[in-house]
Amino acid sequence: MIEWLVEPWQLPFMQRAFVVALVSAVVCVVVGAFVVLRGMAFIGDAVAHAVFPGVAIGFVLHANLALTGAAAGIVTAVAIALISQTRRLNEDTVIGVFWAGSFGLGIVIVSTQDAYTGDLTSFLFGQILALGDGDVIAVAVVGAVLVGLTFLLRRQLIAVSLDRETAKASGLPVLLLDMVLYAMVTAAIVVALQAVGNVLVLALLVTPAATARMATERLGTMTIAACVLAASGSVAGLYVSYHYNLAAGGMIVLVLTGMFLLAWLAAPKHGLLWKRRATSSP
Amino acid sequence: MRADRDDSALADAAPDEAAPERSAAQCRLEVAGVAVTLGGNQVLHDVDLAVAPGETVGLIGPNGAGKTTLLRAVLGLLAPDTGTVRIAGNPPRGARKHLGYVPQKHEFAWDFPITVAAAILNARIATRWGGTARRADREAVARAVERVGLTDLAGRPIGALSGGQRQRVLVARALAREPGLLLLDEPFTGVDVPTQELLVGLLGQLAEEGTAILMTTHDLTQARAVCTRLCLLNRTVVADGPPSELDDPALWLRAFGVAESELLLTGTAREAT
Repeated sequence: MIEWLVEPWQLPFMQRAFVVALVSAVVCVVVGAFVVLRGMAFIGDAVAHAVFPGVAIGFVLHANLALTGAAAGIVTAVAIALISQTRRLNEDTVIGVFWAGSFGLGIVIVSTQDAYTGDLTSFLFGQILALGDGDVIAVAVVGAVLVGLTFLLRRQLIAVSLDRETAKASGLPVLLLDMVLYAMVTAAIVVALQAVGNVLVLALLVTPAATARMATERLGTMTIAACVLAASGSVAGLYVSYHYNLAAGGMIVLVLTGMFLLAWLAAPKHGLLWKRRATSSP
Repeated sequence: MRADRDDSALADAAPDEAAPERSAAQCRLEVAGVAVTLGGNQVLHDVDLAVAPGETVGLIGPNGAGKTTLLRAVLGLLAPDTGTVRIAGNPPRGARKHLGYVPQKHEFAWDFPITVAAAILNARIATRWGGTARRADREAVARAVERVGLTDLAGRPIGALSGGQRQRVLVARALAREPGLLLLDEPFTGVDVPTQELLVGLLGQLAEEGTAILMTTHDLTQARAVCTRLCLLNRTVVADGPPSELDDPALWLRAFGVAESELLLTGTAREAT
């Protein structure tokens, strides 16, 4: 058993994978708490898909894929924030338009290349077992900045989440705060792309925060609980992936999803089993 | 125009850093010649309205009369095409610290994981960047919680509250800012009788302390109970005076744009005056 736990840590690529998985989990949860509470899960999806054409462009131009991906994600996020200000269209609708549009752009750009290569597929499905020391440092630095920024802006982000009109009337720059939050979501996604890839990144952003929300009533406890869940789930996923030779990103997401289903069934007060017992007992 | 100048002179005498109690005493709302167009339609035109410190004014009118639009103009959330809004002599943007706003209940995210006390504290300190809540903040929150009768529920998550309790939270959020001008959007809608009674008493006390109060309402009975003046609005001010002076049914019919043969409404208008 001890050997089962210790063995992966002796390999440098697994050490890097553990660090990146932990940092991605925490960063995504801290930013993702606001995504879940504002019902913005869809924007996470849109940005994740918007990163794809950026990655494709970076690939064509032989530029840094993470940087071009982040740039495309931020441009899309800002465009969504601006266009949904009109109030003529529902935010979800605007996001839907960009979500599909940017993925289409990515596919067209990729089709100009002769073949999918490893670089590009790793961005779609994660490359957590193939990271270098530079990747680890970049992830740690960006992650620390994001967590710090969320902590500094928590009061304003809460005010806007509670009631936009009152926040605006009291003088908060609501549109700017929206864009900052969207940019933070984008950065968190780019960080987590390394771990689980473009397709699955939404799971890190949304699932642990949603799981924790089932059983908590305060933002602070919810965030801490979600961090613990996401971190332990990511590590557990990596262990299973290592020992049974399964896809690392997919395994992390499956463990997190399993946690959500457990919480949905068994969370105190709000879980399905609890409710059933409350209704059956006199 | 002269009134504007007088107010700005007052504002100069007591700069922004003045204690809330003092600023509350001189927070006069002056709306002059305001016209607002939304999406190509003129929603308000030639609106003149003043609310003096200690006055409680009820904005009454049918749906689509522009009541909420007028509140939004006063809050500085939209800019009038013409006319001016002055709060203690300043445009709304310069008077934000004097403003307390109580939105309609459905505007608020009741599923957010936060306690009653924390939601009220947030309304007071949201515009402060960095730092922690000070003693004065906690005291203001405790006072606001007590005034709306939620002291026993201060630690409860907001999602677990009833409709009446939710309205009290929104009022406490506005009061925690110690406003000189309190704006309320339909405060009596969907609220139980004990909360209605508490609100009537509380608004009376606030007016006595010198707060200027402007509320929109459809509840004529409550409006008569709390308002020192009623302002009948239908795109512009149709009538403005103490409830006792607004007993001509024709005014109400004009405000609500219905035929005089609507006996039911005529009865309501009489009752309200």
